[in-house]
Amino acid sequence: MTTSTIKPRSPEELRQAVEWALNDGTTLDVRGQGSKIAFGKPMACDQVLDLSGLSGVVDYAPEELVVTLRAGTPISEVEALLAQRNQMLAFEPPDLGPLLGQEAGQGTLVGAVMGNLAGPRRLSAGAARDHLLGFSGVNGRGESFKSGGKVMKNVTGYDLSKLLAGSWGTLAVLDQVSVKVLPAPDQTRTLLLLGLDDAAAVRAMCAALGSPHDISGAAHLPGKTALRIEGVAPSVEARLKALRELLIDLDAGMEELGTLESRAFWREVRDVAPLKVASGSVVWKISCPPTEGPAIVARIKALRPSAEAFYDWSGGLIWLALPPSADADHTIVRGAIGAKGGHATLIRASEAVRAAVPVFQPQPAALAALAVRVKESFDPKRLFNPGRMG
Amino acid sequence: MQMPPLDPAILARRSEIVAALRAIVPGEGVIDDLEGMRPYECDALSAYRQMPLVVVLPETVAQVSTILSYCQDNKVKVVPRGAGTSLSGGSMPVGDAILLGLGKFNRVLEIDYANRCARVQPGVTNLGISKAVEHEGFYYAPDPSSQIACSIGGNVAENSGGVHCLKYGLTTNNLLGIELVLMTGEVVRLGGKHLDSEGYDLLGVMTGSEGLLGVVTEVTVRLLRKPTTARAVLLGFPTEAGAADCVAAVIASGIIPGGMEMMDKEAVKCAEAYVGAGYPLDAEGLLIVELDGPPVEVDYLVERVAEIARGRGATTVRVSNDEQERVLFWAGRKAAFPAVGQITPDYMCLDGSVPRGRLVEVLAEMREMSKKHRLRVVNVFHAGDGNLHPLILFDANDADELHRAEEFGADILRLCVRVGGVLTGEHGVGIEKRDLMGVQFTEIDLDQQMRLKCAFDPDHLLNPGKVFPQLRRCAELGRVVVHHNKMPFPDIPRF
Ligand SMILES: Cc1cc2nc3c(=O)[nH]c(=O)nc-3n(C[C@H](O)[C@H](O)[C@H](O)COP(=O)(O)OP(=O)(O)OC[C@H]3O[C@@H](n4cnc5c(N)ncnc54)[C@H](O)[C@@H]3O)c2cc1C
Repeated sequence: MTTSTIKPRSPEELRQAVEWALNDGTTLDVRGQGSKIAFGKPMACDQVLDLSGLSGVVDYAPEELVVTLRAGTPISEVEALLAQRNQMLAFEPPDLGPLLGQEAGQGTLVGAVMGNLAGPRRLSAGAARDHLLGFSGVNGRGESFKSGGKVMKNVTGYDLSKLLAGSWGTLAVLDQVSVKVLPAPDQTRTLLLLGLDDAAAVRAMCAALGSPHDISGAAHLPGKTALRIEGVAPSVEARLKALRELLIDLDAGMEELGTLESRAFWREVRDVAPLKVASGSVVWKISCPPTEGPAIVARIKALRPSAEAFYDWSGGLIWLALPPSADADHTIVRGAIGAKGGHATLIRASEAVRAAVPVFQPQPAALAALAVRVKESFDPKRLFNPGRMG
Repeated sequence: MQMPPLDPAILARRSEIVAALRAIVPGEGVIDDLEGMRPYECDALSAYRQMPLVVVLPETVAQVSTILSYCQDNKVKVVPRGAGTSLSGGSMPVGDAILLGLGKFNRVLEIDYANRCARVQPGVTNLGISKAVEHEGFYYAPDPSSQIACSIGGNVAENSGGVHCLKYGLTTNNLLGIELVLMTGEVVRLGGKHLDSEGYDLLGVMTGSEGLLGVVTEVTVRLLRKPTTARAVLLGFPTEAGAADCVAAVIASGIIPGGMEMMDKEAVKCAEAYVGAGYPLDAEGLLIVELDGPPVEVDYLVERVAEIARGRGATTVRVSNDEQERVLFWAGRKAAFPAVGQITPDYMCLDGSVPRGRLVEVLAEMREMSKKHRLRVVNVFHAGDGNLHPLILFDANDADELHRAEEFGADILRLCVRVGGVLTGEHGVGIEKRDLMGVQFTEIDLDQQMRLKCAFDPDHLLNPGKVFPQLRRCAELGRVVVHHNKMPFPDIPRF
């Protein structure tokens, strides 16, 4: 198990630490604040590489829509800074702390980027991958390198930002990132549809998303289907009205949430709070074509009637809680996804369970082999978070 | 333009290679006569031309797979090609390489309105996708000016943008999945109708990889519902700085317009003479700002933008009152390149990106360079996202002018990098900016990118001579030097 911690204070110290680890044959457990350490395959690393010593905003230019920051900067600090200028991280990074058995409000922005996390606005604004403009960091050869930049449009060289986002720290250790930010909406309102079953709810959400009313959140909780509309006041008013008319034939009860209530509601959806999770429950995240969501859940419930689920992303994201089991029911969950495509990630389970079953969706052989070659092209000696992605 | 030396052994085996391809793709799908290959000798960077070894136009994924595994086994190079509209020489042939054209992959395979996506073959044109779904009120958002001609496969390879990318994103933000054939002939699918990757985001890596990593044989794109209305505002400013300030002020006020384009005085003059869009000829900087959404929102934002512009000294503020007028406002911008083409034998279109706040300074410095190189420059650009398209006017028949234009172009791109920008915002590196990569990247940066290339194509067979100024062998790049136990622990806090 982990014995000691290295805490570099500058990008150059970070590079030296990696170079030393390479020469020493030491594997590194790379951490921001460790808020997501209970996720992924359990690792047995020789050292913790703690990035919290590399912290702070380097540059924030609101009219450029870009913020540049050190890798250890807490997400809360970034969000507070942006809020002062009425801006936001449009991909709505969730706070998975409580779900993973930690306190709320922790985590670094780079940690969220490394998991390619995204909240309800994934639908319209994209995930972390869509907002990482560039970075600098250290590869597994102990070399400092960079990719991307600070500008909105950039096709110079391969888009390594996309690759690093979602790599869970297994390719390179970042010391600095530039992230795209967007204006925060003046108003946020929510139309609630009451009493729809899963299938009707997903049909309603897909219809709303296919309308010109610019929906920025579409979630279905048991008994309650929520559609979010954001923007300037006159527009929000008009779109809400049009949306009500569009969905009138559903014969569902309708309610509205104002801006403050909406913000609280969508924050809960973002953080997976609506999922009924017992203390030992395992939690899965399933990404699928939106219209397939209800059938997938139905297949799982046929075999595991006590499963709890809710939908985000218009049905394309299923949060699923299952009672404890030695194999997290992974064959049932992944078997339910079917031929229309999608993948399931085991978000929460005991260390023993995560060690025993694939946390990430297994890939076909050719793709899995390609992923290994990609990993080795950055980190040939497997220094960074070895085995975390399985 | 220096290309890698041709391999005499491959040239000597040409007839054998042609025969092997004929066995894979029957009939007219293999073109080996000079006249037949002529249409493929260049892309839209037409100053550079080269005949390929042979052209092959497969029709099925199985054929693409067999061709690539044959090429891998026989170490034959391959240049993938969509519609050949690349402005950076991305699809320019290589003399000892097969040109693999995807033109026959031209079918829309599936439209799924409920999941808001379309599955198409890579040879379908960008506009073809929007046309296939417009009767239902949908469209595909990224809209390069070449959209009538360019293929979606080419868009994926270049990560193409357009005037609406400010609000709706580039190709990479609008893709859900692709099918990809690797050099080994293996066929893999990345993504699909769902969001995000189960592992590394290889879809993101493929997007903008300029045909160097694999051949795309199917594309799933996200469809959007058309906004109910769109109106354009034409804003003329007595100074370029005023126009640039206005751009920053609009964004700082929290408005992300559907599009925000700028033209300098020269560009306005050319465009006006060419299409008569009613542009103010006295403006030093002209902005076209498009707002889209429901009518109340558009009306509200149009007013706010007009107010901001007046506050920054705009001398012309005109709002389109109907669709016809909106289209007219855009007509001049959309025809800007051909309009400039009317006043010069040739022009070179650059594509640097800079932080918006440095626009004015960059424009001024470009003018100075224009004097130094004794060539005129006209500026049209995506001001909202800081993506410049300086057009350098020259005469290609005059060797000295061509040379000066190349020097001038390189100076502009170096300037972009110096102010914190990049060499290319949407047209790609190709052969055009290949030798400038060292201005933006260190050797280590480039080696890391090449190692990623090696993970896909260890023999550098795909689109050789593009993007990287110097290719290094994968075996050499892959070597890791480890000094076991020789290094003391550095002076870093440890506990
Ligand atoms: C008048 C004009 C205006 C333009 N305007 C814009 C603009 O507004 N925005 C913009 O971004 N670009 C613009 N372009 C550039 C160009 O149209 C784009 O880069 C376009 O995406 C190229 O598509 P294509 O099908 O022509 O690709 P090609 O030129 O055939 O190929 C481009 C690259 O893609 C690779 N490639 C093509 N198909 C595949 C495939 N199936 N699999 C793997 N690799 C493949 C090729 O090897 C090459 O590297 C413009 C070009 C012209 C001529």
